Amino acid sequence: MIKFGYAPVVSRTLDLDSSDFSLRDELIREVPSYKKCIGCGGCTSTCSAHQHTEFSILRCNMLFRRGKYDVLEKELDKCMLCGKCLLVCPRNVNTRDMIIKMRLLVQHKNKKQ
Amino acid sequence: MNRHHWIEYQKAVAPDHYFFGRSCIRQTFFTGSETAFIDIVEKELGLDICDDARQHTCTGIGYHSDIIPFLTTSTVIARLFALMTEKGYKNYVPSCITTFGLMSEILETWEHFPETLAQTREALYKATKREFEVPENISHPCDIIYKYRNELKQKMKYQLVDKNTGEPLKVVDHIGCHYAKIFPTKGIGGAEFPEVLSGMVESWGGSIVDYAERRQCCGFGFRNYLVQADRGYSVSNTYKKLESMAPYEPDLIVCNCPGCTMFIDKWQYTIAEMEGKTFDKYGYGIPVLTYEELAGLLLGYDPWKLGFQIHQVQIEPLLDKIGIKYNPEEKFASASGKQLIPPEKPVNLKV
Repeated sequence: MIKFGYAPVVSRTLDLDSSDFSLRDELIREVPSYKKCIGCGGCTSTCSAHQHTEFSILRCNMLFRRGKYDVLEKELDKCMLCGKCLLVCPRNVNTRDMIIKMRLLVQHKNKKQ
Repeated sequence: MNRHHWIEYQKAVAPDHYFFGRSCIRQTFFTGSETAFIDIVEKELGLDICDDARQHTCTGIGYHSDIIPFLTTSTVIARLFALMTEKGYKNYVPSCITTFGLMSEILETWEHFPETLAQTREALYKATKREFEVPENISHPCDIIYKYRNELKQKMKYQLVDKNTGEPLKVVDHIGCHYAKIFPTKGIGGAEFPEVLSGMVESWGGSIVDYAERRQCCGFGFRNYLVQADRGYSVSNTYKKLESMAPYEPDLIVCNCPGCTMFIDKWQYTIAEMEGKTFDKYGYGIPVLTYEELAGLLLGYDPWKLGFQIHQVQIEPLLDKIGIKYNPEEKFASASGKQLIPPEKPVNLKV
């Protein structure tokens, strides 16, 4: 292969037809309050891990909803499970439980693949 | 809700007496296209067209790359109009889509800001002692071929039909952005339903492929290409288009813009050599033609006189499919008949 000094940019388009949303329903069954999230970002603002790293619960939530499980597994590992996010959530989403269940579901899914 | 009628998407195309403006890119990469257009207008349609040897660039590439300021471009274009006026013509026919878009932009500016027209007239007179009249009609050559597509069909020796199956060939039409995306009223079908190429193809027996990225830019975009490190953006655009059209297995792509024809053609080589990917079943790539080359082929012009040797994706599989006769030995023959050395073959893209 020839190197031309440039290469095609990887497309960041989200193809909804080929995305996998199978875990979303499972998470709703396990943590029903997940459905109430309005994406305000309060959890991320108060997150201790977010103060020092790029970890963002809001981003994890977005990646999960889009079915980007491969990127998500590493991201979820950064959570220290301190539970500060639980205290600020205006919709009383059980965020700590949500992260734990997300981890299990995503790990299981990625192992299967 | 406002209803739009098809008549709003039509434009007036002058019927005769054209002043032809050549393109910088096309004369280099699609060497037979402009000659074919002049032949079609003069010999096939019997119309009057002037090909003035004094013509020059429109500055389009420099203008869109922020190198040339507006007043300079305006004055250079005014000189082209002055040449037209001196020859006694009123209908300008720029071969290049960028020139077409730029002339439309300048005429619109002169209309809304008459002081810029006065400044241009003054600058042109001071520099060249020339004066000009604003053209009555600016039509792109594809508008003219579209206007006379049915008359040309009567003279065509071939149709866009597979000679073995009798099925219409699947054709992708690609309209240059500067044709109707800047000023939708200046193009046939506007920006939403550009019909100029699809109308030709359907009239000549082909069928049009309607794929998801049909209106996507080819990736030229001037700034995307000028710096080597940025060319990834350009090649990505073309990649996206080719990937989107590939499942429909098109037989050819027809373009009305020199930049699009060049990039969709040449990037197929680059992508093949960079990633080993081609967009047809057999690894030859999808041939990319200008509308004059397509008209010329169907009218029975010699493919090598039309300049298909210079294309990156080779034309022979398409010629065989339509049943167009050609002499392979003349492919790399010079005007005197001497055999020239054929170019080096790519590794991944079959030729």
